[in-house]
Amino acid sequence: MSDTADKVKKIVVEHLGVEEAKVTPEASFIDDLGADSLDTVELVMAFEEAFGVEIPDDAAEKITTVKDAIDYIEKQKGE
Amino acid sequence: MFQNGFSPRRVVVTGMGIACPLGLGVEHVWKRMLAGESGIGSIQSFDVSALPAKIAGQVPAGAKADGRLDLGEWIPIKDQKKMDRFIQLALVAAEEAVEDSGWKPEDNEARCRTGVMIGSGIGGLETIDESARVAAAGKARRISPFFIPSALINLASGQVSIKYGFKGPNHAVVTACATGVHALGDAARLISLGDADVMVAGGAEAAVCELGVAGFCAARALSTGFNDTPAKASRPWDEGRDGFVMGEGAGVVVLEEYEHAKARGAKIYAEVIGYGMSGDAYHITAPAEGHEGAFRAMKAALASANLAPADIQYVNAHGTSTPLGDDLELEAVERLFGDDARGVAMSSTKSAIGHLLGAAGAVEGIFSILAIRDNVAPPTLNLEKPSRESVIDRVALEAQSRKIEVALSNSFGFGGTNASILFRAAP
Repeated sequence: MSDTADKVKKIVVEHLGVEEAKVTPEASFIDDLGADSLDTVELVMAFEEAFGVEIPDDAAEKITTVKDAIDYIEKQKGE
Repeated sequence: MFQNGFSPRRVVVTGMGIACPLGLGVEHVWKRMLAGESGIGSIQSFDVSALPAKIAGQVPAGAKADGRLDLGEWIPIKDQKKMDRFIQLALVAAEEAVEDSGWKPEDNEARCRTGVMIGSGIGGLETIDESARVAAAGKARRISPFFIPSALINLASGQVSIKYGFKGPNHAVVTACATGVHALGDAARLISLGDADVMVAGGAEAAVCELGVAGFCAARALSTGFNDTPAKASRPWDEGRDGFVMGEGAGVVVLEEYEHAKARGAKIYAEVIGYGMSGDAYHITAPAEGHEGAFRAMKAALASANLAPADIQYVNAHGTSTPLGDDLELEAVERLFGDDARGVAMSSTKSAIGHLLGAAGAVEGIFSILAIRDNVAPPTLNLEKPSRESVIDRVALEAQSRKIEVALSNSFGFGGTNASILFRAAP
């Protein structure tokens, strides 16, 4: 697993208070990890802070799974 | 309660919960209070070096088993950041009260007949302070999405209703230091008038933060002369008093329609038999001359219960330990009782826990109910030399065994708002 993936996973575990094993790439924040809409806003803010990236609202709306987050952040960092 | 010919539904208290500077849990706190212990100490949670008042009553940290607060035992970590401390304290006190009452309806109809009315004087002040600092640092976009729901006063009621599925009236009182009594009284009226069968009611406050203490310091309301002897600082009616001591905490009760409580075999602590309110229309912080607003609130409470002063054996005073307010309240109580003043005991439990602002009336309502249950008047600590003599026994220094059938509890708030509530022994 990449550094980004590890870090994303850690943030998700911390903010949503879920077990690490549940945070699979396919896991949906809302459907699988018990987040509500405000939790996802906070998660995105935590990603921005941790990775030093800007995630605009329209992009944030499309980040619904752990993999979505990892892919978006790696793409931003690669650019 | 409220024999107005409109609705005769009687209201009783079937559950109680407290988080206050003397600890967690009604029985634990009450035992310490009757033993004359104080919950006031030096503020350690933030830097007070620039403030003239350096003491407060804070809920002690530690294990639940020791009557102390470890939030992790009550609220999941991921939810703690979604609520200011005043809401956390409300949830703690509500849990004790609801468990105590045994009222946990599963069916929808019963849940819809159960409401929540928990108020606060100030609400999420610390959260507002922290968020304002983020914005002031040019990071407004970094403000938490939980800032607003964490700070809003009615979110104490909201969170409690969500936790238990109570879908009845969901309301919140905001009347400064009269909040707790207004919440109990208004919630009792909702039951009496038929809007609900059960109400979880009370007050919560957690304003012991830099901004809160600084604000009350600026208003010259706090004690500043006892920073080295915190337990001596709250001294209602004593000639050495020099202001109130801020406290934090929450008091929550389960109020229930009498027949409803009887039908399910609930334990009944007391009946809410009267409630009175008034406004001073005088000054933003100072009480009116002769505390005539307080006098009218007490009189209204008596009228609603169809009682005479002679029927009351115990008064839990507002008694905040301010130079002006204490003697004015005493004067108003003397005037109300007239020749019957000799028979009544009046104490200020703020002497032990400080002034819990919006939670004060709820916590003191519970102390009044316990005074009835145990036939004991809790003490006014530090009342060594009264600034004014009175025929009213102010229960100086030590608790007193007394036959107490009816108790009156007073709370008055900034803005000139006054409320009095009357409890009677369980029917």
